[in-house]
Amino acid sequence: MGSILLFLSVLAVIGAWWLSRQGLASKPWLEQGTASALVEANATPPSKIGLGIFLAVVGSLFALFISAYAMRMQLPDWRMVPMPRILWLNTAMLVLSSLALHGAKNAAGRGAMPELRLGLLAAGISALAFLSGQLLAWRQLTGEGYLLAANPANAFFYVLTGMHGLHLLGGLVALGRTTEKAWRETTAEPLRLSVELCATYWHFMLLVWLVFLSVLTGWAGEFVDICRQLLT
Amino acid sequence: MVDVPLGPTGAVAPADVEDVELYHPHSWVTKYVFSQDAKIIAIQYSFVALSVGLIALVLSWLMRLQLGFPGVFSFIDANAYYQFITMHGMMMVVYVLTALFLGGFGNYLIPLMVGARDMVFPYINMLSFWIYLLAVLVLVASFFAPGGPTGAGWTLYPPQAILSGTPGGQDWGIVLMLASLMIFIIGFTMGGLNYVVTVLQARARGMTLMRMPLTVWGIFTASFMALLAFPALFVGAVMMLFDRIFGTSFFMPAIVEMGQPLDRNGGSPLLFQHLFWFFGHPEVYIVALPAFGIVSDLISTHARRNIFGYRMMVWALLAIGALSFVVWAHHMYVSGMNPYFGFFFATTTLIIAVPTAIKVYNWILTLWRGNIHLTVPMLFALAFIVTFVNGGLTGLFLGNVVVDVPLSDTMFVVAHFHMVMGVAPILVIFGAIYHWYPKVTGRMLNDTLGKLHFWVTFLGAYAIFFPMHYLGLMGIPRRYHDIADMSFVPPSAHTLNAFITIVALIVGATQLVFVFNLFWSLRHGRPSGGNPWQATTLEWQTPETPPPHGNWGKDLPVVYRWAYDYSVPGADQDFLPQNQPGITRTVPGSSHG
Repeated sequence: MGSILLFLSVLAVIGAWWLSRQGLASKPWLEQGTASALVEANATPPSKIGLGIFLAVVGSLFALFISAYAMRMQLPDWRMVPMPRILWLNTAMLVLSSLALHGAKNAAGRGAMPELRLGLLAAGISALAFLSGQLLAWRQLTGEGYLLAANPANAFFYVLTGMHGLHLLGGLVALGRTTEKAWRETTAEPLRLSVELCATYWHFMLLVWLVFLSVLTGWAGEFVDICRQLLT
Repeated sequence: MVDVPLGPTGAVAPADVEDVELYHPHSWVTKYVFSQDAKIIAIQYSFVALSVGLIALVLSWLMRLQLGFPGVFSFIDANAYYQFITMHGMMMVVYVLTALFLGGFGNYLIPLMVGARDMVFPYINMLSFWIYLLAVLVLVASFFAPGGPTGAGWTLYPPQAILSGTPGGQDWGIVLMLASLMIFIIGFTMGGLNYVVTVLQARARGMTLMRMPLTVWGIFTASFMALLAFPALFVGAVMMLFDRIFGTSFFMPAIVEMGQPLDRNGGSPLLFQHLFWFFGHPEVYIVALPAFGIVSDLISTHARRNIFGYRMMVWALLAIGALSFVVWAHHMYVSGMNPYFGFFFATTTLIIAVPTAIKVYNWILTLWRGNIHLTVPMLFALAFIVTFVNGGLTGLFLGNVVVDVPLSDTMFVVAHFHMVMGVAPILVIFGAIYHWYPKVTGRMLNDTLGKLHFWVTFLGAYAIFFPMHYLGLMGIPRRYHDIADMSFVPPSAHTLNAFITIVALIVGATQLVFVFNLFWSLRHGRPSGGNPWQATTLEWQTPETPPPHGNWGKDLPVVYRWAYDYSVPGADQDFLPQNQPGITRTVPGSSHG
């Protein structure tokens, strides 16, 4: 359960930092009830905060999967899955997708509609390429006999990539709606927030994928071992 | 006592922010069925959850009939008994308590108490309810599926949960249960995001976090915990579904069933237990924290006294929330673990008692020299304190490894968790319904029926669960369909079991009085007016009762004070609503809190 506890500790630190700025030590029973004590409206749009919290939930879901992976891995029947080489191409596609959305976000900030549309389209296409590549990787593995039920390592491979793919698919729905809106609108202003939210989600999904990749290739395990040796 | 000098006392103009964009219903269907108004959604959630609660109550009757009068009812065989246990447990914990506190009270109270017009994402909020309803339907469908519902126990431990010897294990039961849980979690996440972001972003002008009523604090903290804890159950459910449907071995060890080796190997049942309890323990507090919050408000309002140690109450809520994520393995002492782990988890478990005890002391000190009105909500709140202390104390016993190991498989544990997370939160739910019903409907619930309901439920719950501790100490095992032939069981235990069953039937039937009261008072209850309890919090200050769509009329409220200005010396009346501009008053010195 190490990774989920680590993840929750990070959240706890963020939460503690935020709480420390909320006047938790104030004495509300002594406040006088005048305008001076009134808080002004918060400028951050709710959907941004909402996405942030949603990412915390998704993050804890994935951290739990990794925890389960790490625990199950220690049992003797575990046989690592060889990584299909197409995964590297897929990774490049996802990086590209993330970069394109970052570009789209900047374009939205500048109000450059053509670039914005191009960025959204490129992000969508490369994300679809990533997902198709993942399906190809599945086919390649099943073709080589690494079936779902044959070994827990295989099962984890399919479950982790599948879960990540489903989340990306959900993101694609949002991205699709934003792209469609980008073709309807003439200015970038009404799109700015949606594009920003999509970009944040995409960067997070890229991060999750890189962590998964390091776990599935065994690099994360080796890294943890090295840290452990350094500590002892 | 010190005099607090006050500045200008005039009202402040409402915030110069745009009103929240509201979805306006156009037809009867979008107003009352597919409604995006948090108040309607709250009523829908509560209605469904209470209905599920009635089903789960009947299941408990059936179990008690078997335990009290073994063999008399031939249709309750061992399989049926385990199915009843499983469905009763899962329904009560997840589909009743969680849904009622967060989906029901959360939806109704958060926007009203923080002075918002609605939740921040009304459409997602509506989806949350319909997905919850779908989860309930999938769960209930398992009663009609071939093989019936799962009988794996509410903890669904593998490997037995998906073996053919367990009811529903190789049929539809376990699949529907896992699917229903996953659907529930998806729906809850949508609701939970709303509850948290509404508290963070949609508070009225002047409503600092430290001016929020403790009810909102409790629901807010619990929603956060639920958002982070439910994924653990989701992960466990996904993996078990794979084990069941695709034959993987996440949790399934090498196993021989009916003389036949199964095509599984190497899986770890312990892994599921870790995932399950990583959700399961925070779940206890997901139910308890809203109850703590609500009870604080009930006590303060009905004792006409400011809550004692408000800051400490908030800190304790946060501390309990954080600590509850590092105690999960105390449910696994008998599963086998490194003794140092046992020591660690026993220690963290006992540490939770500290913030919890702080809350209990503060409730009692709030009552001290208060002007206690023994209204029905207050009776339930007081009963909660007593019951929670009782259940909490046996929790201290069971938190220790050496005590837990011999008691773990006995009725003592059943008595403990029913007291602490069954009876105690349900008492708060009843109290809260009696308290807020006037706001929801504009009418009071009938007082006489309420008192009858209270006394039978309260005394009955003790008649049921107190003797159960004794049965546990005698060694009567839990989870057993029939204990008739065991030589160490004295005849008195059977008499006691019969007694418990009869009381359980009476207490269960009394809930019909409550249901009757809910419907009867809708038309015939005494009109309540806007603020029948003379409470300070914002939901009682709405221009209309029941509050219409948008809650506040033209202007949002402005908050000038904390939620507990009761019996303020020098004030005209014994309560100062949160939206009342400042008046000169004298407050106790800064020594408390």
